[in-house]
Amino acid sequence: MKKTLAFLLVALAAIALGQSPTITTWITGSGAKPALAVIDFRGAGSQPYMDKFNATLFGDLNGSSVFDMRPKGMYPLGNPQRPEDLRPEDNNQGFALPDWAGAPVNASHLVFGYTAAQNGVLVLSGWVYDTRQANAQSAQLLAQRYVGTLDEAGAIRVAHEFANDIIQKFGGAGSLLGSRIYFISDRGAGTNNWEIWSVNWDGTDQKPLTRLRSLSIQPAISPDGEKLAFTTYAKGRPRIMMISPETGREIPFLNQEASMNATPSWTPDAQRIFYASTASGTSQIYSAGYDGRGFTRISRRDAIEVEPKVNPKNPDVLLFVAGPGNQQIYRMSALGTQVQRVTNGEGEASNPSWHPDGQHFAFSWTRGYTKGDFNIFLADAGNPLDFVQLTHSEGRNENPSWAPDGRHLVFASNRTGVSQIYTMLADGSQVKQLTTQGKNRSPVWGVK
Amino acid sequence: MKKIMKSHSQFVSRNSLAVLLLAAVAVTSCGKKAPVIRTPPPPVPVAENRNSALPTVPGAPTATLTVEPSSITPGQSATLRWTTTNANDVSLNTGIGTVAASGNRTVNPANTSTYTLTANGPLGSTSATATVTVAAPPPPPAPPSRAPTQSIEQRLQAELHDALYEYDSNNISDDARAILTANANALKIIFREFPNASVNVEGHCDERGSAEYNLGLGDRRASSARDFLVQLGIPADKLKTISYGKERPTCTEADEACYQKNRRAHFSSGQ
Repeated sequence: MKKTLAFLLVALAAIALGQSPTITTWITGSGAKPALAVIDFRGAGSQPYMDKFNATLFGDLNGSSVFDMRPKGMYPLGNPQRPEDLRPEDNNQGFALPDWAGAPVNASHLVFGYTAAQNGVLVLSGWVYDTRQANAQSAQLLAQRYVGTLDEAGAIRVAHEFANDIIQKFGGAGSLLGSRIYFISDRGAGTNNWEIWSVNWDGTDQKPLTRLRSLSIQPAISPDGEKLAFTTYAKGRPRIMMISPETGREIPFLNQEASMNATPSWTPDAQRIFYASTASGTSQIYSAGYDGRGFTRISRRDAIEVEPKVNPKNPDVLLFVAGPGNQQIYRMSALGTQVQRVTNGEGEASNPSWHPDGQHFAFSWTRGYTKGDFNIFLADAGNPLDFVQLTHSEGRNENPSWAPDGRHLVFASNRTGVSQIYTMLADGSQVKQLTTQGKNRSPVWGVK
Repeated sequence: MKKIMKSHSQFVSRNSLAVLLLAAVAVTSCGKKAPVIRTPPPPVPVAENRNSALPTVPGAPTATLTVEPSSITPGQSATLRWTTTNANDVSLNTGIGTVAASGNRTVNPANTSTYTLTANGPLGSTSATATVTVAAPPPPPAPPSRAPTQSIEQRLQAELHDALYEYDSNNISDDARAILTANANALKIIFREFPNASVNVEGHCDERGSAEYNLGLGDRRASSARDFLVQLGIPADKLKTISYGKERPTCTEADEACYQKNRRAHFSSGQ
């Protein structure tokens, strides 16, 4: 209760401060969202798995932020399980589309279907109907069948697949299905060491990718998901190493002769790496081929510069972090020209992460808090004074990274006292904790 | 073996020839007036022993051995001189072996050595000794001021101190200047005793800045400490900078006392 009140106060304060509503509109979307009613699916021979199925389907649709999810408590008692069940009229008993279109449900669309055990597998039949169409045939928006293993994992899997198709049908960009999150964990790494780990976007299948028993940090997954660059002390001083996330095998990378080569990141075509190196004496931005060859110094300033991030839509523009003096986010051209501060100089800003649209970016910022108390913010790169705060001092929140769907973010937070990996929607809602064992931080979201 | 056999058979046939020759002479003379055959004189009898053949008066062997100088330092040499009488077998010990009845020989022992001359003759044996004293080598160098049982890492931890920094800064404060100056003096001695050693200059940060930025900041701190030590005469190639950012804190409390301890240049063995 106290927390909610605090949240409201912060939100009101933001409005009182006169923040432009543009970024907020961008996050929450413009115009009315499809109002979705999703019946509880039942199973023929697969009923034991339907609780998980229904929770997953509703969770994914709700989590997409594409829909206005209509509360289940308002649904009529009768639920169609297949198109044959639908009647032109049912007097609000539930077997007619108008029963769903009207009050109190007020759904524009109805999701229904069922699962059945057949030949040892689980078969899902799912439909989406527009409740406002008079004709049931023209109301059908989606009719799809899915097959999974006859167990809980199979039920969850087909729920994800069905939800993904529904989201895409309504214009949701990209998909989370199959995407993985790469992060660092101290599990099995030895004292003060970190290994690179990965986990499915829904928190399943966590596993280590490295066993270097060293300080291995700053994972950067290539946009095609084929290569993973990171910084490691495995050979003494910090240098960049590259592996295939699929096989774990090392991909040769030529490091510069320097006390530090670190914070690698990728160009959108996965052909080049940008990174920070002290080859010139102080940490400066360089670019190179993905094998490290042909490195070129980009910036030429007496500053500490790290975390170059190439714009996914325009590889000629990058964001990076620079100091000394309160670290802030800057932008410059890929030639090192037109250097310009992006954040307003307040607090300390770091960890810029481009949204797939190339227009917005998430970052961590201590604005309004004491040093070290980072929170996740979003800003418009074209108008960086237009920003919105997504976390509100629940511990230290850092390293936001966008999901391929452009609607979710992964980040690290020590809100429980220990740093763990979380996902949330771009409006800061639906925070989910993915890791619980050991210490985990520095997540990046990969397409696979 | 074959050769021996052959010469033996030659020898046999030569003797046989002589016998035949004698027989022939005997046969030939039968027909004429027999000559008187003179027996050749016997050979000079072999002396029963040599001494009895020598004209000298028999006596017991004598031996004298001297060395000059009798005292040397390592690397110098001395000369042994000896004479013997009534000896047919003369030898020197210490690996020299059989020598002439009298003579001299140069020796250069590393340690004090006693030489023994042994003379064996038909009427007994005798010996003589001489000693070369080799002075002790010069004393060893003075021992290091500290026992060499400490490793370089222990020395570094005991004698070098962390240089501390202000938040987000790599400027060397007056305090850090004093610490680094003392460290330079200690390092000069340590490098004298560990001439092949190198030292890591580690740059560290407190936990507040981002991990990524702190890696760059730690590198600047390590470089500034390294540069300062080089100005004070520490060879640059002995110092290797390495930034740990905030990954290796020395304490983890969220207060300024701990933050200050972590904003440091730390020194560790580079080996």
